[in-house]
Amino acid sequence: MFAARNVVRRLPQRSIRRWAHTQPTFNPVTEQDIARFQQILPASSILSTLAPISTPVAELSNFNNDWMNKYHGKSTTVLRPCTTKEVSEIVRWCNERGIAIVPQGGNTGLVGGGVPIKDELILSLGNMTKIRSFDPVSGIIVADSGCILEALSEYLAPHNYIMPLDLGAKGSCQIGGNVSTNAGGLRLLRYGSLHGSVLGLEVVLPDGTVLDQLTTLRKDNTGYDIKQLFIGAEGTLGIITGVSILAAPAPQASSNVMLALPKYENVLPLFREVKRQLSEILSAFEFIDRRAYELAVKHGQGRALNDEDVEGAECFVLVETSGGKREHDEEVRLKRFRLLCNILTRTQKLNGLLESLMEADEPLINTGVLSQSPAQFSQLWAIREGITEAVSKEGKAYKYDISIPVASFKEAVDKTREQLRSKGLLRDDAVKHVVGYGHVGDGNLHLNVVAAAYTPEIEAALEPFVYELVASYKGSISAEHGIGVMKTHALPYTKNPTSIEIMKRIKALFDPKGIMNPGKVLE
Amino acid sequence: MRPTAARLLNILVPVKRRVRLTIDYAVKIRVNPDQKGVDLNVKHSMNPFDEIAVEEAVRLREKLKDEVKSIKVVTIGPAKAAETLRTGLAMGADSAIHVETPESSPPPEPLGVAKALRALIERQKDGVDLVILGKQAIDDDAGQTGQMLAGLLDWPQATFASKLVVDPTKKEANITQEIDGGLQEVKCKLPLIVTTDLRLNEPRYASLPNIMKAKKKPIEKLSPSDLGIDLTPRLETIKITEPPKRQGGGKVESVDELIAKLKEAGVVGR
Ligand SMILES: Cc1cc2nc3c(=O)[nH]c(=O)nc-3n(C[C@H](O)[C@H](O)[C@H](O)COP(=O)(O)OP(=O)(O)OC[C@H]3O[C@@H](n4cnc5c(N)ncnc54)[C@H](O)[C@@H]3O)c2cc1C
Repeated sequence: MFAARNVVRRLPQRSIRRWAHTQPTFNPVTEQDIARFQQILPASSILSTLAPISTPVAELSNFNNDWMNKYHGKSTTVLRPCTTKEVSEIVRWCNERGIAIVPQGGNTGLVGGGVPIKDELILSLGNMTKIRSFDPVSGIIVADSGCILEALSEYLAPHNYIMPLDLGAKGSCQIGGNVSTNAGGLRLLRYGSLHGSVLGLEVVLPDGTVLDQLTTLRKDNTGYDIKQLFIGAEGTLGIITGVSILAAPAPQASSNVMLALPKYENVLPLFREVKRQLSEILSAFEFIDRRAYELAVKHGQGRALNDEDVEGAECFVLVETSGGKREHDEEVRLKRFRLLCNILTRTQKLNGLLESLMEADEPLINTGVLSQSPAQFSQLWAIREGITEAVSKEGKAYKYDISIPVASFKEAVDKTREQLRSKGLLRDDAVKHVVGYGHVGDGNLHLNVVAAAYTPEIEAALEPFVYELVASYKGSISAEHGIGVMKTHALPYTKNPTSIEIMKRIKALFDPKGIMNPGKVLE
Repeated sequence: MRPTAARLLNILVPVKRRVRLTIDYAVKIRVNPDQKGVDLNVKHSMNPFDEIAVEEAVRLREKLKDEVKSIKVVTIGPAKAAETLRTGLAMGADSAIHVETPESSPPPEPLGVAKALRALIERQKDGVDLVILGKQAIDDDAGQTGQMLAGLLDWPQATFASKLVVDPTKKEANITQEIDGGLQEVKCKLPLIVTTDLRLNEPRYASLPNIMKAKKKPIEKLSPSDLGIDLTPRLETIKITEPPKRQGGGKVESVDELIAKLKEAGVVGR
């Protein structure tokens, strides 16, 4: 089983690299394969340009191209199984025949992981949408991996539970895709990562075996926790078909405030103060720089702040609080919020209260707005959540999703902009904007470069520049979006050779023929 | 220069604290087991149409400057309803009146509210020139208060306003209303009752400095008996039921199957 390991062990470092570059070759899907798939699946679950199905190529384009229209596959065939058994039979056949497979969820991924590089078979989980069980006492929900994140949220709402994750793509992304990318999103600060809230998985391994680890236990220390490997594996180790996840009790009272900061340097002291004042009711702390804010507003995302509140702001912070119970706690929450706002806006008396802060006699914020109604609550969130969409409406986006020390967020954005300026690329027909936003609470910056078009020139200016920049901060080149096909070459900026070697051995252990999402994560 | 003949406008904006319907559209209103009311043990905030009313009053001041002398928000409800007044004050109203009802008393009905408002208006030393209210409250959807108040005071009324232009010199206002198939403009004399429609404006956020300032603005407290009115309900709710549950859909493979299913459901002829 560990054949690959022995090979690797004996080879010197340079050869490992070369070995890694030799992609195994795969067989294309043929009419004979289609005939087999027709035995496994109902006709409605097969899309193929091959005879006898002969689906028009255009109908496959939503599967072959990613959400940003940046990555383009040439697959002839999309299979949409409804059950784990169907998935298992498809995978077994493909493994025997040496056909490569790309698992695909809602295809909202941002690193090209869910679309083929060449003509791999696409296995879409979109038809697997059953909720298998829900226990209203423990809050554990077990569902097919193709369930849309928002559908699960809606299912839980009447039971007063929420999903432990939330992200802008919620209306399209699937829980299986979320688990496969170990999606972070907007609730991570409060509910932690999926490595904690996913309790069990059902996975079809690359040889077709069904690995049933769909437990609903909160505690289970019985040796290696294998399911963790599939969380964030981006479909390279197997196909997730079922997910058991711990939902969180719905907060009965939520509120949010958008704060306008005179300068970026205030973000950190503000974060500290907010944490101190709001402690356990703090549920999100999101950072938006001025340009990102303006893009969101320009493209109609959320209701803009009043002009006088935006004036003089270098950046914005969206703070959300979620309290436990109803009326009583709502008042407590309001009181604390008000107290915080008092402190933040008080200029003279700041000394005594914020003595620990660097510039105690200057206010941390210019002003801010507190949502007064559910509508305004959503409007404020829409500004933050809408940036991704606004950026892609504005132009072609180079997206870098990085983990670096929060203190360096602004510097990283500024240095990137400078780099593009020095290459003469900061102009309307090349790079239009360099913006930064992200999850301060998690040390995660979204550095987005908005260009008129994807060009090799811009890419050369950005890479490896950005990756080297991240490495200089000892950061991560992918905080939450994953590696996909976009960053395989950049993996060594964050992972050392020993780690990468172990990853390769794990891949070889599960998928000796390498049919599962080839060319993703590992080169 | 300000026209000398202009009378300074005093605007009154009644607001209602209502059951907060949703943060997530998915949070549902639940009918109580006795079917006489809905579960009120959920979040509250200002009725959205009333928020629009406050916003419109504040915008009038921004446009007419000093010609708007006062903006008063008023609410009738239990102690907690004061939160709603603070929101109105933070948005830009100058002062507030809280007609406080006991925590245990049933929510007042439109006629009771209209009578209380009439009594309040009659108490205002400087008079009231314009009352802007929401066209309806989204908890009971009665949509009657503005009209009843106009009737009681014998003032003109312009309901469902989607645009409001006030001319203090001429003491009149032009109101645009959305009607089936188009827009209708009406001209009314002040004093006037206006009820707001959704598209009149988009209420502003309350900024922190304004929230701070709102704390210092006066809230006058009154009881129904101070106004000499009785808010005892005159209507009896017989039954409240939830809408029928939506049936799950199914997928069909072909047009023929679709037609067969429609026939089965009796939606198309056989
Ligand atoms: C508007 C927008 C906002 C976003 N915000 C965030 C955010 O805040 N935080 C964040 O972390 N991400 C964010 N993302 C990216 C995020 O990774 C995806 O939205 C989501 O997690 C992917 O789910 P999906 O079902 O669309 O998966 P896909 O895009 O279809 O696939 C993603 C990867 O997972 C694999 N995969 C999918 N399903 C399975 C399965 N069942 N078994 C095995 N492998 C599978 C695919 O092969 C691919 O490698 C955002 C994306 C958009 C478009």
